[in-house]
Amino acid sequence: MTNALHLAPPLTRGLLDNYATPDFFCELMNRKSPAPPIIDCVKKRLSALQIQELQNRTASAEAQLYRMGITFTVYTDREAIDRILPFDAIPRIITAEEWQHIERGVQQRIQAINLFLHDIYHEQHILKDGVVPAELVLQNANYCQAMVGLDVPGGVYVHINGTDLIRDQQGRFLVLEDNARTPSGVSYVIENRHMMLRLMPDLASGLPIRSVEEYGPRLHNALCEVAPEGVDDPQVVLLSPGIYNSAYFEHVFLSREMGAPLVEGRDLFVENHKVFMRTVMGPRPVHSIYRRLNDEFLDPLAFNPDSLLGVPGLVEAYRRGNVTLANALGTGVADDKAVYAYMPRIIRYYLDEDPILESVETHICAEPEGLAYTLANLDKLVVKPVGESGGYGLLIGPQATQAELDDFSQKLRHNPGNYISQPTIGLSVTPTLCGDTVEARHVDLRPFAVTGRSVWVLPGGLSRVALRKGSLVVNSSQGGGSKDTWVMAS
Amino acid sequence: MIIFSPTPLLSRYAECMMWLARYMERMENLARLLEVTETFVRNAEGQTAWDSILAINSDESLFQQIHNTTQHTEIVPFYVTETRNPSSLVSLAQQVRENARAVRPLVSIELWTQLNVFSRNLLNLKNGDMAEHNLAELCTRVRQDCQTHFGIAEGTLYRDQAWLFYRLGKALERSDQITRLIDIRYHMLLPQSEAPGSDIDLTQWTSVLRSAAAYHAFRRLRPVTLTPANIVGFLLKNDGFPRSLSTNLRQIDETLTLLATHDNLRQFCSPLLECVAELRASLQDQTAEEIIIRGLHDYMSWIQTQLMDLQNAIASTFWPVIIPQEAALTKMAEQEQN
Repeated sequence: MTNALHLAPPLTRGLLDNYATPDFFCELMNRKSPAPPIIDCVKKRLSALQIQELQNRTASAEAQLYRMGITFTVYTDREAIDRILPFDAIPRIITAEEWQHIERGVQQRIQAINLFLHDIYHEQHILKDGVVPAELVLQNANYCQAMVGLDVPGGVYVHINGTDLIRDQQGRFLVLEDNARTPSGVSYVIENRHMMLRLMPDLASGLPIRSVEEYGPRLHNALCEVAPEGVDDPQVVLLSPGIYNSAYFEHVFLSREMGAPLVEGRDLFVENHKVFMRTVMGPRPVHSIYRRLNDEFLDPLAFNPDSLLGVPGLVEAYRRGNVTLANALGTGVADDKAVYAYMPRIIRYYLDEDPILESVETHICAEPEGLAYTLANLDKLVVKPVGESGGYGLLIGPQATQAELDDFSQKLRHNPGNYISQPTIGLSVTPTLCGDTVEARHVDLRPFAVTGRSVWVLPGGLSRVALRKGSLVVNSSQGGGSKDTWVMAS
Repeated sequence: MIIFSPTPLLSRYAECMMWLARYMERMENLARLLEVTETFVRNAEGQTAWDSILAINSDESLFQQIHNTTQHTEIVPFYVTETRNPSSLVSLAQQVRENARAVRPLVSIELWTQLNVFSRNLLNLKNGDMAEHNLAELCTRVRQDCQTHFGIAEGTLYRDQAWLFYRLGKALERSDQITRLIDIRYHMLLPQSEAPGSDIDLTQWTSVLRSAAAYHAFRRLRPVTLTPANIVGFLLKNDGFPRSLSTNLRQIDETLTLLATHDNLRQFCSPLLECVAELRASLQDQTAEEIIIRGLHDYMSWIQTQLMDLQNAIASTFWPVIIPQEAALTKMAEQEQN
């Protein structure tokens, strides 16, 4: 006999009913000012959903991602495991007004970064004028001697850039970090959108969400624009470390979206300082290389002689202007932690403008005022060493004991030039499915910009959520997930 | 009709497309062979003649090396989960996966998705999955997965040079598989059929047809008598049967001819086409009876050698080793220093 209780309908309640409005800025539920109508509309549609429904849809999305191989590979000693980036089906929304601000800010920043890179590899005005300490740049591990005096097409060094943004308790967008080497994640921006439209058509219906489909053609176009001069119909390729690389899916995705071959080092060779690829119809010249290989692996003749992934002679071919590398070599100086502290000044120096996007307030301990402030407020600050190996030797003031604080003060006084300090930021949150409830989780945003003759910012971005309660770490390697990011057209 | 993309096909892609098709075809054949052997193939004592699979794949010495025994119970795992055997289902799944990953930018998402799922399932196979009562089920599933793959390829692969190399791989593998099958099975069964007055073991001979998915097609020809020569003739020379040698040699011929329609490739392809023409002529010029009288084994071996030479010639034509000038000079300098 069936127990009557089993026939009763399950208790139903709205998705967001029990959502605790947190103290932080919440992208959906607590914008600290009256929410724009679009936000209200999404809120209403979400509230009408059952938690069970959201769980089912999420499970189906994750199964699809796994089947389609939209995965990154994690290697253990014994095997290779394909993992998906956990997908959360509640979108992160950016209003038209917010986006306009972000877009202009990112464009400004990239313009300044390119001027800075050109300067430090040529006349070095900014160093001579004492705006940025010369040793910080010239002794930086990422400063590339092969770039000194070299003119790159259009003066563009950073063709593909990812800017990590966070929002503070007031909802201000702040730059946390620049990624000017080989930023990754853009494939998830586009795949998340596809997944979202399949999964939640009811949620997106009728909303003016800006398309992210243009990225591939825009990227291809930019790479053609920066090809060596005099080449009519440039051959663009994407250079990947190969099928075992953890980001191989993204390389495949971009190659497909650009309609350009994905090559490995062994597919290319250099002859008479020109680059060729091996095809069934014989060698074909290559003009623009979107390389997803770090500087040190690119060319065993120029850098790491043990690299089997690179192409012997590539750097010399590049130096002679026969091929364009995107991004250029030695761009790592610009996204360095220590240089970050100077970025507002760099923007003012080259553009004579105030930064549109603010940085996290940073105190440079090399400067007397910065050191004095840091020492006086040590228990409230995060102090970071600026050396090349970031992440180590960090002090998180609010979590430190008095003994640790005292100890660190000593270190600071002993070698102030090695440190910067920043306030701890209460990152914004967003409703996220966590087991059987929807809870607030911290989120960041990485918009992607493509630069050929001009800077174009993909209207969208990678929103990464820290899935662990209270955690501020959004990295995929540490339990981070991602969301679709809806940039509204109006 | 074939499309020439603005960018010519990367040599590595051509190589991987070819091997993707070859390994998929090999996997389908192996699954069918295991299935048919379990059900139909018996030795003189009436037991399943697993060792015939070792002979067909020329794996006797590798098997000995790994197992140090002729125990037949080890043969099934040897062909299903043994990673040290490059032609086990699991090893083939691994090969298929790596080649497919390399050409993933070229193939359709549908093709990749299906392959991603089924190759991973195969790689996760446990020993229990091939206990004898499960083997037929496993083989049926693998065979169907392979056939689904070929269907998706037919329905979604863009018809450019990549498609041609895929087709070449498939036809080369089928040609190789059918000659191996005929060679081994014929000689295993021959002593019985030659014995004066003995009836042909019908089940055994039809199992040869079944191993090549040819049984019902053969029936439709309504042969008056079922003789070994009839069966050999059908598998080698029937132009309507998709797995016969003649059909696949014709495919190779047609595919190379399509590749050669591009001006830059005409001269590359002509020596390859000559080689195929010779093979086809040798097959057309003799009947199955003549082939058997002159020596079926020698003829099958000759064809296999020719096919291997053709594969090598394709490799050195389309994915040659190029040593760039600079590298060559550096190498010379190094050698002088040493």
